[in-house]
Amino acid sequence: MSGAAVELAGVTKRFGEVTAVDAIDLTIGHGEFFSLLGPSGCGKTTTLRMIAGFEHPTEGSLRINGEEMGLLPPNRRPVNTVFQSYALFPHMTVYDNVAFGLQMRKLGSNEVAQRVERVLDQVQLRQRADARPSQLSGGQRQRVALARALVNEPEVLLLDEPLGALDLKLRQSMQVELKDLQERVGITFIYVTHDQEEALTMSDRIGVMDAGNLLQVGTPEEIYERPTSRFVASFIGDINFIDAVAAGGSVRLASGVELPISTDQPDGSEVTLALRPERLELFDLDEPIPDGHIRLNGKVSRRMYYGDSYFYDVDVGLPEPLEAREENRPDVEVYEVGEEAIVAWDPAATNVVTD
Amino acid sequence: MVMADLEARAERAASRRGFLIGLPAYVYLILFFAIPLLIVAVYSFATRTSTGATALSDWNLDAWARVFSAAPARVFVRSFLLAAATTVLCLVFSYPFAYWIATRSPKVRSLLLVLVMIPFWSNFLVRTYAMKFLLGSEGPLSIISQLLGGEPVRLLFTVWAVLIGLVYGYMPFMILPLYAALERMDWSLVEAARDLYAGGWDAFRKVTLPLSMPGVVAGSVLVFIPALGAYVVPAILGGGSPPYLGDYIVLQFLTARNWPFGSALSVSVMLIMLIATIFYFRRGGRTL
Repeated sequence: MSGAAVELAGVTKRFGEVTAVDAIDLTIGHGEFFSLLGPSGCGKTTTLRMIAGFEHPTEGSLRINGEEMGLLPPNRRPVNTVFQSYALFPHMTVYDNVAFGLQMRKLGSNEVAQRVERVLDQVQLRQRADARPSQLSGGQRQRVALARALVNEPEVLLLDEPLGALDLKLRQSMQVELKDLQERVGITFIYVTHDQEEALTMSDRIGVMDAGNLLQVGTPEEIYERPTSRFVASFIGDINFIDAVAAGGSVRLASGVELPISTDQPDGSEVTLALRPERLELFDLDEPIPDGHIRLNGKVSRRMYYGDSYFYDVDVGLPEPLEAREENRPDVEVYEVGEEAIVAWDPAATNVVTD
Repeated sequence: MVMADLEARAERAASRRGFLIGLPAYVYLILFFAIPLLIVAVYSFATRTSTGATALSDWNLDAWARVFSAAPARVFVRSFLLAAATTVLCLVFSYPFAYWIATRSPKVRSLLLVLVMIPFWSNFLVRTYAMKFLLGSEGPLSIISQLLGGEPVRLLFTVWAVLIGLVYGYMPFMILPLYAALERMDWSLVEAARDLYAGGWDAFRKVTLPLSMPGVVAGSVLVFIPALGAYVVPAILGGGSPPYLGDYIVLQFLTARNWPFGSALSVSVMLIMLIATIFYFRRGGRTL
């Protein structure tokens, strides 16, 4: 194997006037579980379809295993796709669906039978081999779609929101199954999703897309803890944004308070601070706060109960209240609405993001 | 028990409403379709008098015996072959066209469908006469052929003229069901086939064609049946000789004045069509 599993360089796709994908550079390594995350219409599916060969880039270079794909049709690319709606052939049995790719590659009937049976065992559908897709449950169809792609042992497996049609419980168990499977077979997975939780739990790396642009690429921790843009910060999880002005190694809030947070922006320029609610802690006014933490005094204006946690809105004299998440544990104090409290956090948990 | 009773009453009311909604069509069809049909069937057992009138007495099977003689059998076979050829040609021309329409943008699709319908805006008889002019030895085709130094076109009053006329007349009945089937197609299935190493032809053969079979079956039935009993086209473009079923039956009623034989022929054509339709839909149903 030479080069990366998939390499996009300046890949752009325009549909008439609309730019669906705008000059994306991306390298995905062998055996990686890579997610493209973004809202609908962000260009993630178009990117996937270009790798599969259903669409061709308007500009740029697309390589799989170091080979330039050019106008190579889908059937001559070493990739397989799991479609969003599964796209199982309704007029064929489960067995024939799974055998399709191998038969098209003119493999001997013995080998086809062996490989189909092995993969049906893997997805626990051997006893449904003669069923039609219409006779299967959603989860079973999903597994047939997966088996139909995996049986070909592709270099890269492309998955377009494969769990989107399943209900929550099934989706969660399929997430675990998919991740296990990927580690077992060692195939590169490129996984398109708009579900941040799915991307965070399964991926080795995530690429966040919006309006045709690839905004940030990183491990789930990097994407969640160190978002570089307002969009990435707000698309994944809950977040507080605080407008501030850079002022020589610190930032000044609208309330006049200065916080010891350094930015690389010139003095006087406007910056946005991004803070995860679970990084904020509440303390009584007379309680000591951890060393080096930033503190703002405020008053609880709202409390929401989530079972495993409480969400507080704390008014700290800024245009927007700060949202803080505290776990529902015996050692964590619960505050009442109207109560005064300190909001404290480690300055390292603060991200300065661009708009 | 009270609840069950309520449910039963609601179901009865719903079925009564359904019946009432269908009633006008039922009455119309019984009056103007079922009863005339019955009359035709009854006449097939009547007697032709020496003056050519029909006597509703002396019921017999003479007309039916004649249906199974050599001359009508030849007409049946000839018409069957013609209808089959018409169906196959319509299918061959219509499938790519319907496929092409179904894969256009929705706006272009509607426009193309209107174009397919345009011939219906003028009378079939008029269009067939236009076809007669077109194919005639004085017609445009012939003139072009002669300008190019060829022979005058001698198509009119041949089986080829009848075939051309039937294919022209019935093509829309093939295009529309094919289009409907292809338009419903989930094209991601074709993408899935291409993704699974099928070339364009294999993807068509293994996925598109089997999934559009309902359209192929419906279109074939819609073309084959009227083509089998066609009258206007064989009469005008074929000149009525050799006869096909449609003009052969008309001949019995209007010229030979043998209503029982004409009736028996009509009933047998209907029975053949019924059997063919059932057989065809059954076969189509299995491949789906």
